[in-house]
Amino acid sequence: MGDSLRGDTQILAPGETSPGSRDASEREKAWEKNTLQPMLEKSPERQREFTTLSDHKIRRLYTQADLPNWNADRNIGLPGEPPYARGIHATMHRGRLWTMRQFAGFGAAEDTNQRFRYLLSQGQTGLSTAFDLPTLMGYDSDHALSEGEVGKCGVAISSLADMEVLFDQIPLANVTTSMTINSPAAVIWAMYLAVAEKQGADWKKISGTLQNDILKEYIAQKEYIYPPEPSMRLVIDTFEFAVKNTPKFNPISISGYHIREAGSTAIQELAFTLRDGLEYVEWGMRRGLDVDQFVPQLSFFFNAHSDFFEEVAKYRAARRIWHKAMVERYGSKSPRSWALRFHTQTAGCSLTAQQPYNNVVRTALQALAAVLGGTQSLHTNSLDEAWALPTEFAATIALRTQQIIAHETGVTNTVDPLGGSYFVEALTNEIERGAWDYIERIDAMGGMVAAIERGYPQREIAEASYRYQCELDKKEKIMVGVNDFVSEEKQLDILQIDDTVAHRQAERLSKLRAERSIDEVERRLNALRKAAEGKDNLMPYIFDAVKSYATLGEICDAMRVVFGTYEEVAIT
Amino acid sequence: MPEKKIRVLIAKPGLDGHDRGAKIIARALRDAGMEVIYTGLRQTPEMIASAAVQEDVDVIGLSILSGAHNTLCPQLMALLHDKGMDDVTVLVGGIIPEADIAALKKAGIAEIFLPGTSTQDIVEFINKRMIH
Repeated sequence: MGDSLRGDTQILAPGETSPGSRDASEREKAWEKNTLQPMLEKSPERQREFTTLSDHKIRRLYTQADLPNWNADRNIGLPGEPPYARGIHATMHRGRLWTMRQFAGFGAAEDTNQRFRYLLSQGQTGLSTAFDLPTLMGYDSDHALSEGEVGKCGVAISSLADMEVLFDQIPLANVTTSMTINSPAAVIWAMYLAVAEKQGADWKKISGTLQNDILKEYIAQKEYIYPPEPSMRLVIDTFEFAVKNTPKFNPISISGYHIREAGSTAIQELAFTLRDGLEYVEWGMRRGLDVDQFVPQLSFFFNAHSDFFEEVAKYRAARRIWHKAMVERYGSKSPRSWALRFHTQTAGCSLTAQQPYNNVVRTALQALAAVLGGTQSLHTNSLDEAWALPTEFAATIALRTQQIIAHETGVTNTVDPLGGSYFVEALTNEIERGAWDYIERIDAMGGMVAAIERGYPQREIAEASYRYQCELDKKEKIMVGVNDFVSEEKQLDILQIDDTVAHRQAERLSKLRAERSIDEVERRLNALRKAAEGKDNLMPYIFDAVKSYATLGEICDAMRVVFGTYEEVAIT
Repeated sequence: MPEKKIRVLIAKPGLDGHDRGAKIIARALRDAGMEVIYTGLRQTPEMIASAAVQEDVDVIGLSILSGAHNTLCPQLMALLHDKGMDDVTVLVGGIIPEADIAALKKAGIAEIFLPGTSTQDIVEFINKRMIH
């Protein structure tokens, strides 16, 4: 047993980190001999080895010996200053609480508009839009492949007309909106900007976030349309457009959330997300954008999974890696580029269909990790989301969970309360090292697009995900209510999506197609097609097409003709 | 005497790209000695039925998380029937509300595996079914 106190030398897989040689103090050695050993002899520990959810080995005790050469000024600094381990603002949640941003969307635009207005009336401080699968894949609601999917996983948006209904009576000048859309992000964003314009909101002042992170789609969520090259071009087009026109809007939210949901480890989530971030920076610079001109508008999005300290360490490491990369790799001079801002969502994949009320507890603990890790905004999942989109009842509890953390627990009273903990700092170091290891491997492959084409991150995630499933099957890892502590429970009342949504959408679309000027639509779609063949920034062309009420499907098709579509080689 | 391996087609119909479950099942069934063909993403019922015929599979496993099961499953069952594939066992894994289960079984789905099912349970189900 005593052996596990010593860091053993072994061959490490990527993402694993060596505990290194450990030089325990005389006092600690004496403790080991006089206090620990007798205890272990009398009553052995519950397991031979303790690991995080991601299988990262955890020691019995962390002391000064686990932080060799560690210097608080250098390694964590102070809040609001490099390397930002302690947070990106000097006052953190004492100054301003995180934005409580609940992801919502279902049915047709009018259904989601109602939910948005309800959430705002309940004290939610930002909006976040979930789109249905046809919208995410760039198909109109009346497309053959949309059958059975309209309004199911989010709101159906096929044209500017739908977008006008979605934000009806919601003043875009005053509310920040996040939109979870990727392949067709430029089109949906153009619709949003058109609504803002109609409302008379100043583009220079509106703020919000477009997810627009295509790389993680190839890696994890698989909602891609075009091949990587033209997809990256569209992303950089939005960066360029945002720099000029919407300085407060984040044109991207570089997302680890979906990577984690696909089954990655915490280190993989961190490494692949940040390497994606570096890829976007490099493509932006290649376009001729100045690093400090566009990087301040890039934002991040991480998962908050169940292993509390692993998650806290992950967020702290993320900020440190980003700062280092911006300064050392790209010569950034602006602190605004150095500070990694992120949104967090609690882990959907941790929710259980069994005993669903337990999900409230899981979500609360995950949310607490995000808050203690210094998040800028947060979505807490609802207890019924292993079954369906949330009911209003469940969504309200999820929002209240954040309000309880913010106003009752006292964790916001001081900045980075976990900073300086031997364990948290050692784990932050190890996770950072593990992530750099992956980042350097991907560099050596020629960057993230090249790594994706080789299936590298996809394969690493599939391995980790299968390993975790095997651990669950063998009960080496426990999910309460699933592979242990099982009990019978009656089914929840879940949200049913009204079957009339698809009909309503189809009718609205045929009315739209009849009323708009088809010549104008054709002219603008042709202009877009032509521009796609060249090198122009496509945002103005997309914006023009949107304003003629060309549909999402028509606009995406115009680009499909030029760019082609992407098929992955499935890895199992 | 080497037994003929059970042939399984794992398919992801619909627009959803969340393939964690499909990939885990594909690998678990392969590790359990079955011959597994994974279709990849966004397969229409027509594509799945054709692949089932072409690959001459004993079992089709559908992974559906998007809520489109009530549309996709009956379509596939009808196509399989047209192709004379009534003896193929069709399983569904994913997020299926209890209220929908009876209708899916009536449409010919042999079993529905909900979130949290262990891979061994699925392996055992298939093995038992193939003996009969």
